[in-house]
Amino acid sequence: MEKVILSGNEAIAQGAFQAGVGLGIGYPGTPSTEIIEVLEKKKGPECAWSINEKVALEQAYGACVTGLRSLVTMKHVGVNVAADPLFTFAYMGVNGGLVIVTADDPGMHSSQNEQDNRWYALHAKVPMLEPSDSQECIDFTALAFELSERYDVPVFLRMVTRVCHSRSVVEIDPEQKYVRQVRDYERNVPKFVTLPAHARARRVILEENLNKLTKDQAAKGINRMEITDRDIGIITSGAAYNYVKEAFGDRYSVLKLGLVYPIDQEIVYEFARQVKKIYVVEELDPYLEFNIRALGVECEGKKYICPFYELNPQIVAASLSKAGLEPLEELDPAAEEPAANVPVRPPILCAGCPHRSFFYLAKREKVTVVGDIGCYTLGAAPPLDGIDVSACMGGGYAIALGLTLNPPEGKKIFGVVGDSTFYHSGITGAIDSIFNKRHFVPVVLDNRITAMTGHQPNPGSGQTLSGEETFMQEPRRIFKAVGYDRVMEVNAYDLQKLRDAIREAKETEERVAIVIKSPCRLLKGVEKGTVPEIDKEACQQCKACLRLGCPAISLGSEGYPVIDSLGCAGCGVCKQVCKHDAIKEKEQEVEK
Amino acid sequence: MDQGVKRIMLAGVGGQGILLASRILTSGLLKAGFDVKSSEVHGMAQRGGSVVTQLSYGKKVYSPISGAGAVDLLVTLEKLEALRYVHFLKKNGSLLMNAKEIPSLPVLIGAAEYPADIEERLSSYPISLYTIDADREAEKLGNLKVMNVVLLGAMVKLAGLSELVDWPSVVAESVKPAYREINLKAFTAGQNLV
Repeated sequence: MEKVILSGNEAIAQGAFQAGVGLGIGYPGTPSTEIIEVLEKKKGPECAWSINEKVALEQAYGACVTGLRSLVTMKHVGVNVAADPLFTFAYMGVNGGLVIVTADDPGMHSSQNEQDNRWYALHAKVPMLEPSDSQECIDFTALAFELSERYDVPVFLRMVTRVCHSRSVVEIDPEQKYVRQVRDYERNVPKFVTLPAHARARRVILEENLNKLTKDQAAKGINRMEITDRDIGIITSGAAYNYVKEAFGDRYSVLKLGLVYPIDQEIVYEFARQVKKIYVVEELDPYLEFNIRALGVECEGKKYICPFYELNPQIVAASLSKAGLEPLEELDPAAEEPAANVPVRPPILCAGCPHRSFFYLAKREKVTVVGDIGCYTLGAAPPLDGIDVSACMGGGYAIALGLTLNPPEGKKIFGVVGDSTFYHSGITGAIDSIFNKRHFVPVVLDNRITAMTGHQPNPGSGQTLSGEETFMQEPRRIFKAVGYDRVMEVNAYDLQKLRDAIREAKETEERVAIVIKSPCRLLKGVEKGTVPEIDKEACQQCKACLRLGCPAISLGSEGYPVIDSLGCAGCGVCKQVCKHDAIKEKEQEVEK
Repeated sequence: MDQGVKRIMLAGVGGQGILLASRILTSGLLKAGFDVKSSEVHGMAQRGGSVVTQLSYGKKVYSPISGAGAVDLLVTLEKLEALRYVHFLKKNGSLLMNAKEIPSLPVLIGAAEYPADIEERLSSYPISLYTIDADREAEKLGNLKVMNVVLLGAMVKLAGLSELVDWPSVVAESVKPAYREINLKAFTAGQNLV
């Protein structure tokens, strides 16, 4: 064995590899994305990016029916997309093990909400394991496959950002060979076909299996009592365990739950016998607290611990200090408050990003824009300020449909999605629009890749996760096929043509769609253009170029804009917004 | 929290190479025999925004992150980020700041001003402030991108870790062969700056 440092995501991939997983599949989403990427590089398991989380889970289920072990990964909100089959798969049970990773994002580092997916376990009756660090990610993944097969049920691994993207020491065997685990398939209609009569029978079997699982020695083994004090005990799990231990060390007893659904009643009752007073420390919702109270065990948790955002050791220490607990360390900070008047540094669209031009024009053409999830959600931020509503994957079209019923100020509604989002769940809104004759203008910002999560291929990329060539979807062909009269394809960097397309779409009675094409600037092989410079004699200091919100253009000390030649991608959009012809190409090309 | 755990926080701007610096440091600390945990930020937060990684090491480490007021050494690859995160330091903690200024979007478009008095404001805190120009060192070496490793050299020295492990070999293992020499030079340059 060898000690190495892995992130939680790398460790899940390692655990799945060691468990002989046959299929790893998911839809990219921070903080889950690297699991499938790392697993694919290990060679052996089949790995793929699916078009959305529901399709990923369904494929994983199909593979598990045939006897393969399957791993499916998604971010927390992805489970909402996959929830329909999830609930029924729990009834149906598995053949090969089925493990579902839900990667939650407390604090919303890169998400639109911070929903606590532990409730999904309770709600869907899918057992859930919650690792605290990378070693547990490996161990729990292997255990999850075993429990899934032993108790005929899918199993959740619940991750959070601080477990996914934290790196810690693990022991692995670098020589470990891949041995695919496969069970025999037997046709079993009462199990795999959920007619109501079959489902009723499976419902009871599921309940029995869950009961048996809580008595499984290996499952019990990941719930751990650390009895060091007879007065005070803390029940916790996952990332919160780390914060409790760092704040209080061994000063108080701890019950660490590795299995957060179903909760092992026996160990909770035993812990309650061992200590006089119980506190529950958990991030986000009072999930454990509710469940422990439901067992008739008195405890306090959210009375002291904040129910939103992330925790950390200092927050846990300060919160439970209010209950009289004594942290190991007295905090002696350099300052009581953050420094005042520090300009914010929000994330922004990259220099040369092909998404910029649409949002710049949308604001000026005064159209109402419904956005979606991706880099381009940043088109909402000033100075672009080009999105009115944005909520969820696919909502860019379907919410826009709803707006057409009562359009603000009578304006035409534009729905904007990226290419990956278009295939994920945008298409359905576009078809509904034709069906119900509610016309909005669907726009695809087609940069050929899933950019925000770090360049995962999608059905429009022309290649699969492993780099194999595959059919390249074209949004234009899909729009035509579902009933659009006309699809305008425009180069993202041709401002005039894009403006014309928006204006035409605003006025026409035809069913039109717009596809704005240009690959992501960060893709390999995308060439840097010619870097322009400001001609101070021509510049009228109107600041129009600054309103692009390009990180390569800044306001210089003399009041003239300055173009950073290193940062500039040479996309040429600023030249087109300048009415004074003051942004000109330099003679020589700058190296990439 | 007094389990001999030391906490380092790195802050900068997306694209400055903060993850690599943090990963090299993590590898070195493991080789030196410490338990170590680090935490990174990916996704939306990377798009030119403020980026933070945290790292804790000691005999036994539980938490990869720490809150305000608990950090021993804050390393910032940019000046504004020093001001943004200085309150994460303990009293008498150390701040290693790269003298680089990168205007954020509100500054770029003229909606906010880049503070002119960052050093002055920082010097009013009960901390030890070390300012170095890692970008200039990197430029001297002929590749601006090794700025992060210049800072790494300096932070390793400030944290008192220089002798614990053969850092040049850790650095060499962490970068592509073609960039080994320049990164080793950058590391040494950083060591000589503090």
